[in-house]
Amino acid sequence: MAKFEGYKDIYVFVEQKNGEIANVGYELISEARKLVASIPHMNYSVVGILLGHNIKDKAQDVIAHGADRVVVVDHELLKDYSTQFYTDALTQVINEFKPDSLLTGATVLGRDLAPRVAARINAGLTADATKIEMDPEKQDEALLLVTRPTFGGNLFGTIICPDTRPQMATIRPNVFAMDAPDASRSGEVVEFQPDFKDTDAKVVVKEVIEKVIEGVDITKCDILVGAGRGAENCLDMVKAVAAELGGEMCCTRAVIDDGFADKELQVGQTGKTVRPSLYIACGISGACQHVAGMDKSDMIIAINRDPQAEIFSVSNMGFIGNVEEILPLLKDEIIAAKKA
Amino acid sequence: MKIVVLVKQVPDSTEIRVDKATGTLIRAGVPSIINPDDLAGVEEALKLKETTGATVTIVSMGPPQASEMLKELYARGVDECVLITDRKFAGADTCATSSTLAAALDKLGYDLIIAGRQAIDGDTAQVGPQTAERLGIPQVTYVDEIKAVNGDTITVKKALEDCEQIIEAKLPVVLTTLSGMNNPRYMNCNDIVDSMNKEVTVWTFDDLGIDESKVGLAGSPTKVHSTFTKDVSADTETFTLPANETAKLIAQTLKEKQLITK
Ligand SMILES: Cc1cc2nc3c(=O)[nH]c(=O)nc-3n(C[C@H](O)[C@H](O)[C@H](O)COP(=O)(O)OP(=O)(O)OC[C@H]3O[C@@H](n4cnc5c(N)ncnc54)[C@H](O)[C@@H]3O)c2cc1C
Ligand SMILES: Cc1cc2nc3c(=O)[nH]c(=O)nc-3n(C[C@H](O)[C@H](O)[C@H](O)COP(=O)(O)OP(=O)(O)OC[C@H]3O[C@@H](n4cnc5c(N)ncnc54)[C@H](O)[C@@H]3O)c2cc1C
Repeated sequence: MAKFEGYKDIYVFVEQKNGEIANVGYELISEARKLVASIPHMNYSVVGILLGHNIKDKAQDVIAHGADRVVVVDHELLKDYSTQFYTDALTQVINEFKPDSLLTGATVLGRDLAPRVAARINAGLTADATKIEMDPEKQDEALLLVTRPTFGGNLFGTIICPDTRPQMATIRPNVFAMDAPDASRSGEVVEFQPDFKDTDAKVVVKEVIEKVIEGVDITKCDILVGAGRGAENCLDMVKAVAAELGGEMCCTRAVIDDGFADKELQVGQTGKTVRPSLYIACGISGACQHVAGMDKSDMIIAINRDPQAEIFSVSNMGFIGNVEEILPLLKDEIIAAKKA
Repeated sequence: MKIVVLVKQVPDSTEIRVDKATGTLIRAGVPSIINPDDLAGVEEALKLKETTGATVTIVSMGPPQASEMLKELYARGVDECVLITDRKFAGADTCATSSTLAAALDKLGYDLIIAGRQAIDGDTAQVGPQTAERLGIPQVTYVDEIKAVNGDTITVKKALEDCEQIIEAKLPVVLTTLSGMNNPRYMNCNDIVDSMNKEVTVWTFDDLGIDESKVGLAGSPTKVHSTFTKDVSADTETFTLPANETAKLIAQTLKEKQLITK
């Protein structure tokens, strides 16, 4: 394939902090496996890129999660994240290994790093993707069709990078499902030593103030009961139903703006993206900014008294009714079902 | 100290609705506003102007109509506004936008550059970091407080998912600011009158001395292949039942799907 001589494979930037790997890297590796499987004749591999210090022993973990190969860049300047040294190292990895595409988590770190790298190598970068496919008509170029929300979630665009390599994209945590690791998988570990021209740090972190996250991390919950403005009068009941199901309550921005819940519980475009097995939406209208954060849930049940509510269009089952009446009864039914 | 703030004029995306029949955005009647993260950046710059005597220059790339928005910024107290406008810049992705803005910044000179974290229309959050890279200067993104400027060192607070960092950077640097960091001031009556007389500096392609291959569609590695509005899934079952039957059916479904466990 002459158009992009030497460019091959799907690479994933595997974000870590203090040696702990963020799930988003593994979610992207799982998705990359599906992408390479859709173009078997190209013989593409999935490659993880791991930057840090004393992190080589983590490479096996990356392989267990689906990588065929891991490029490890171990250097003391990479111990903690910095735009400067991570950009230098990642760009050199790209120039050396020539990835056909490179996926990065759209975390605060990923959104600091990926644009900087893309600008240095003049590669196209698609932001905050929610869906990635191989173009069925351009399989021999492994052209990615990358879909993303814009205009506050009102308009979706499918973006391509037909003329440059690597094709870069950032993807939010929880958008793709993470496959279970397989400790018996084997793969190759390649070490790479970057050459830092300037080792003088231009930006220095003076102090880190850890946030005390009260309560739970909703992105890790398997069952969520979402409360919207229509459930503000019965939030205790929302919590009680969630508790009976072994889940947690989360909220729309309206509920947080109204002062009923903490920002940590907000689901949506400016909150968290969640993908539980079950999401019960109670008194939620279904504004696109909220839906953007929960429509990947495996099963969505909505309760709303307005038959026209948008939330029904993303639900598997919709119930027209009053949450204040339904939730206490639902709690009792769940208790009864557990006993049966 | 010369502060340059990058400002984008955007449609108020909270007012945008989708035409269900055609599946397109209804843009008519949607007001244009100053991107909220950028307005926070302007406010920070004006505060620094008050405390350090800095000058504040605004740079915006957009259609000629954007000069109205820039006049409004004069009324808030900024010193100079530059509008970069040319048909050649149309269709720019963030790669090309940052190259164009960087060319203008090189021409203007700067000590501190402030961009918004993210524009509410394109929503990429890429232009700030990419502009910093083009200029070869450092960046601090997700800034939610500017703490101090001492000589050539600036101290800021950056908001991350699980922590905050106090960061020191040497000027010049690009900061990207978050809309929640302050409450932007209102326009000042005297300044509104003055702003009528102030001109917006307009630069076109020829003023920037940039290669044509680096701007607009030609300079954009990403292409918009297609756009669509969210398709409404047809397979939703909706039920209108008495409350007790609703509760029963939900519980029964959850049990069948093994979502209720003992
Ligand atoms: C830039 C931007 C970013 C945003 N980001 C987010 C985000 O991240 N997350 C988010 O959630 N929102 C976000 N929003 C806000 C979003 O647009 C909506 O305003 C918000 O999601 C609405 O919340 P809601 O559904 O709780 O309230 P409403 O829209 O007020 O809906 C309440 C619903 O409850 C129903 N109802 C009322 N009473 C009852 C009852 N007794 N029983 C049953 N149903 C009842 C009503 O029919 C209605 O459908 C954002 C907006 C903007 C502009
Ligand atoms: C449907 C659709 C999808 C798109 N997807 C992508 C994509 O995935 N990748 C990509 O590279 N491009 C994409 N673009 C193009 C992108 O929207 C434009 O390049 C846009 O001009 C800048 O991106 P943004 O709005 O995301 O700005 P952001 O990067 O979110 O803006 C951050 C800050 O940069 C400054 N800034 C941005 N634009 C200007 C300006 N014109 N003048 C002054 N300051 C400015 C502001 O301070 C702003 O707050 C897409 C366009 C469309 C229509």
